[in-house]
Amino acid sequence: MDDRFNAYLLRSDVPGRRSGPLAGRTVAIKDNISTAGMETTCGSRILKGYVPPYDAHVVSLLRDAGATINGKTNMDEFGRGTTTENSGFGPTLNPVDTTRVPGGSSGGSAAAVAAGLAEMALGTDTGGSIRCPAAFCGIVGFKPTYGRVSRYGLVAYANSLETIGPMGRTVGDISALLRVISRPDPRDSTMQGLPYEHDPVPSVRGRTIGVPAEFFGEGVDPRVAAKVRDSIETLAACGAKVVPVSMPTMKFALAAYYITCTSEASSNLARYDGVRFGPGAEVQRSWHDAFTAVRAEHFGEEVRRRILLGTFALSAGYYGRYYGKAQTARAQVAADFERLFRSVDLLAGPTMPTVAFRLGELADPLSMYLADILTVPANLAGVPAISVPCGSVDGLPVGLQLMGRPFDDETVIDAAAAFEAEVTA
Amino acid sequence: MVNESDVRRIAELADVGIPAEVLPTFTAQFNRILEYFDILDTLGDECTAKRPLHTVLREDVVSPSLPQEAVLANAAEDEDGFVKAPRVM
Repeated sequence: MDDRFNAYLLRSDVPGRRSGPLAGRTVAIKDNISTAGMETTCGSRILKGYVPPYDAHVVSLLRDAGATINGKTNMDEFGRGTTTENSGFGPTLNPVDTTRVPGGSSGGSAAAVAAGLAEMALGTDTGGSIRCPAAFCGIVGFKPTYGRVSRYGLVAYANSLETIGPMGRTVGDISALLRVISRPDPRDSTMQGLPYEHDPVPSVRGRTIGVPAEFFGEGVDPRVAAKVRDSIETLAACGAKVVPVSMPTMKFALAAYYITCTSEASSNLARYDGVRFGPGAEVQRSWHDAFTAVRAEHFGEEVRRRILLGTFALSAGYYGRYYGKAQTARAQVAADFERLFRSVDLLAGPTMPTVAFRLGELADPLSMYLADILTVPANLAGVPAISVPCGSVDGLPVGLQLMGRPFDDETVIDAAAAFEAEVTA
Repeated sequence: MVNESDVRRIAELADVGIPAEVLPTFTAQFNRILEYFDILDTLGDECTAKRPLHTVLREDVVSPSLPQEAVLANAAEDEDGFVKAPRVM
């Protein structure tokens, strides 16, 4: 395999069972999903050499379904990033244009699929980490409803936001992969036991699609907006009713997301002390000195920044101003979705405000965070969302994002299948 | 707004360490991000949404767990079946 895009951190060729719905098909796995006997680093030097003693639930299901696991894919360290440049093991390049980032944080998974190195891949999506790289690399990426796919064996970043989901070249492939990975698991207590057992029906006839004005606001490249508006017209031509809507809480979504995810991350990442796994701490030193030394040496800058932000947001005197308010904002975003889904079946807009950035273009952390504005609302509300390719601007792919009601992943996938069928016909 | 000594103090609380030479840049970036978070000061109090989830409870029963050797395999140092850690006191 010629991995000139640095899509993989580890390559393998582990066939699953000889029969099953994915027999003979290759699946790449993001490196924050535990694979027994295969190194799992989350793109971080602090986990270099860590070999999980058990499989994530989704990995066991893939093996049983006959999939060949062909490697672990590169990612922003612990999922913290929108470009895959924040990996401890070097950036992944976008196969469409190697001067550009593949998006993140599941950039390795997207690049592997886009380059044809794997037929399908698993990614994880905390604030857009499946949909962003899918849009930037010109593939399909789906964030299922929170609670639809077990997170057992997923190395936690922000538990209340993140989900594992499928990435592939077609809507049919991501549907086939979701059928396999959504089987119930008592080990994840947020799992609702509602497996996806659907075969896509490429139709939007009779569906109402809401188009929130806020998804086409400031910061959205007008050429990207125009492509997406054309795509929504295509869905209208397929029989959908398209209506303009408004989502006023969008203005709070990004702040609510970043405060919530950094707070959860500051707690989750406390376990990386180098003692039970990782590089080893100097046992002769005092706990805090040894702990600080290991973390200062092995965590990247963006991870340290997010731990600091989260620690700050949760600290005495600031909790009410930041974390408390972020939870109110989050509830208001969810209420906005609930209100809209009383009158529409789907919401549509761009996945990302722009096409793929140049490598090194987003040097300032806040400008990188702002790029997530269109993807984080779905995570805050836990609703399903897909990115499906809808053309290109300057030769770089653009993604159409479709969001649906919680646990109505089927309608989102049907609409994406209808769009795909129409544009590839 | 936070100053450099606040950032150093938070870094100590979080045990992540922060080199002196990056402290000014880190502090400036930190403040730009906090300024952006000020949007939440315009938030109303109304909040009625409930997530369509319920807590899944189960009986607390003993189930098989990983063998001790498998768990210790990733530790840098172990002794008598335990992970060896830096001293706490």
